[in-house]
Amino acid sequence: MLEMDYSPLILSLKVAAISTFFVFIVGVMIAYYLAKRDFFGKSILEALFLLPLVLPPTVVGFGLLVLFGKKGWIGSWLLEWFDFQIVFTWIGAVIASIVVSFPLMYQSAAAAFESLDERLSNAARTMGASEWRVFFTIVFPLAWPGLLAGLVLSFARGLGEFGATLMLAGYIPGKTDTIPMAIYFAVESGQMGKATFWVLIIIIFGFSLILWVNWWSKRNIRRFTRI
Amino acid sequence: MLHVNIHKQLAHYEMAIQFEMGAEILVLVGPSGSGKTTILNSIAGLVHPDSGLIVSNKHTFFDTDQKPMPARDRQIGYLFQDYALFPHMTVEKNILYGVKKNNRKDSEEMIAQLLHVLGIEHLLHKYPHQVSGGEKQRVGLARALATCPSVLLLDEPLSALDKETRKQCQDELLRLHEIWKIPFIVVTHDLDEAERLGNRIIYLDKGQIIDEQKKRQLMTVY
Repeated sequence: MLEMDYSPLILSLKVAAISTFFVFIVGVMIAYYLAKRDFFGKSILEALFLLPLVLPPTVVGFGLLVLFGKKGWIGSWLLEWFDFQIVFTWIGAVIASIVVSFPLMYQSAAAAFESLDERLSNAARTMGASEWRVFFTIVFPLAWPGLLAGLVLSFARGLGEFGATLMLAGYIPGKTDTIPMAIYFAVESGQMGKATFWVLIIIIFGFSLILWVNWWSKRNIRRFTRI
Repeated sequence: MLHVNIHKQLAHYEMAIQFEMGAEILVLVGPSGSGKTTILNSIAGLVHPDSGLIVSNKHTFFDTDQKPMPARDRQIGYLFQDYALFPHMTVEKNILYGVKKNNRKDSEEMIAQLLHVLGIEHLLHKYPHQVSGGEKQRVGLARALATCPSVLLLDEPLSALDKETRKQCQDELLRLHEIWKIPFIVVTHDLDEAERLGNRIIYLDKGQIIDEQKKRQLMTVY
C-alpha cells in the first residue's frame, strides 16, 4: 500500500470528465432537436443511439476498432494526415467512454425535454423571445433535474467503463490504466490487496454519486415542476 | 384593426374562418375541438394556416405566398389556458420577461399602473406555485400586457376559477379593455361569460362560423 500508484484514479476522473463534457453537450443538442420533430426513421435513429446500452462492450469495442484502429476508416486517415493514433492512448478510453455513456445522457435528456409543457416555450415566444433565449431561460432550467440525472449517470458509466476501453485503449500502465482496468489486471496478477482498494474506491464513488443525485432531486424537482 | 382569414385542414374537418375586428372584445364560443384555440395559435404564430391572410395594423402576420412572421415579432399578448406562468421565475420576472431591457425604464410607469389595476404589487417576489388561481390569472394578464401588445388573446382565461373569483376577473378584463383599447379575443365555452364580456360573439362548430351576434351596448358592470 505504501507505494500505491494513484494514476488510475486521476486517469479515470480525467477520462470520465472529458467524455461527460462531450456527451452532455451533444446529447442535449440532439435530444432537444429530436424532441421537437417527428419524421420518418426517427425511431430507427433513436434505436441506434440506444444500441450501445444493450450491446456487449466487446461489440462496441470491436466497432470502435473498425473505425479508429490503425487500419480503421477514421484511424487510418488520422494516421496518414496527422500522424495521430487513437488506439492504445487515453483518448481511446475517452472515445469508448463517450460511446457507452451517450445513450444514458440521450435518454435522460429526451425524457426531460418531452415532459416539458410546450406552452411555456410558446408563451416565451409570444413575448418576443428568440429560440436561443427560449432554450436558455425556459427549456434548460426546467429540464435541468433530468439533464443532471443524465450527466451523473454518464459520468458514473464513464468511470466504470471496461470492455470497450480494453479493446480500443488496451492496458498500458501509466497511460491507459483506468480504475476498472487496474482492478482486472491486479486480480489477474494476484494482487488482491490492490484490487480490493480500487474496488472500494469505485463503490464509494458510485454510491456517493447516486446518494447525492437522489437527495438533490427530492429537494429540487418539486420546485421546478410545479406550476 | 385585425383581419383574420384562415384555411387549415385539421384532423376531422377543414377550418375556414374569416372575420375583422377593431379595438373590441370578440368572444369565440364553441364546443371542444371546434377550432377556437387553433384560431388563437394561428394569430399568435404558434401554428400556421394552410392558406389565408392575417393582418394586424398593416403588419402582415401571415399571407399564403409569404414566409410567416415569427411569433416573437408579432407583438401579441397571449394568456394561455392555465396561464403557462414560468414556474422557476418569480412573479416579477414572469412579468418582465417580455419587456426589452432597453425599454425597461420607459415601461416602468405602465407596468406600475398594470400592477396597481390588477392589485398584484404584493406578489412580485413570490413564485407561481405560491399564489392562488385568481392571482395567477392576474399575473398572466399583467405578463401578457406588459409587452404592450397590439392584440390580446385569451384562451379560456377564467375556466380554472371558482364562480366568485370568475366574476371579479370578468370585471377586471372589461376594465383592462377600457384602459388598453386594443382588440381582445376571448375563447370560452361558457355562454354567460361570452355574453358578459363580448362586444361581439362568434359561434363556431367544426371550424366554421355558424352564428355571430353583436352587442349594441357594452354591459356595464361597475
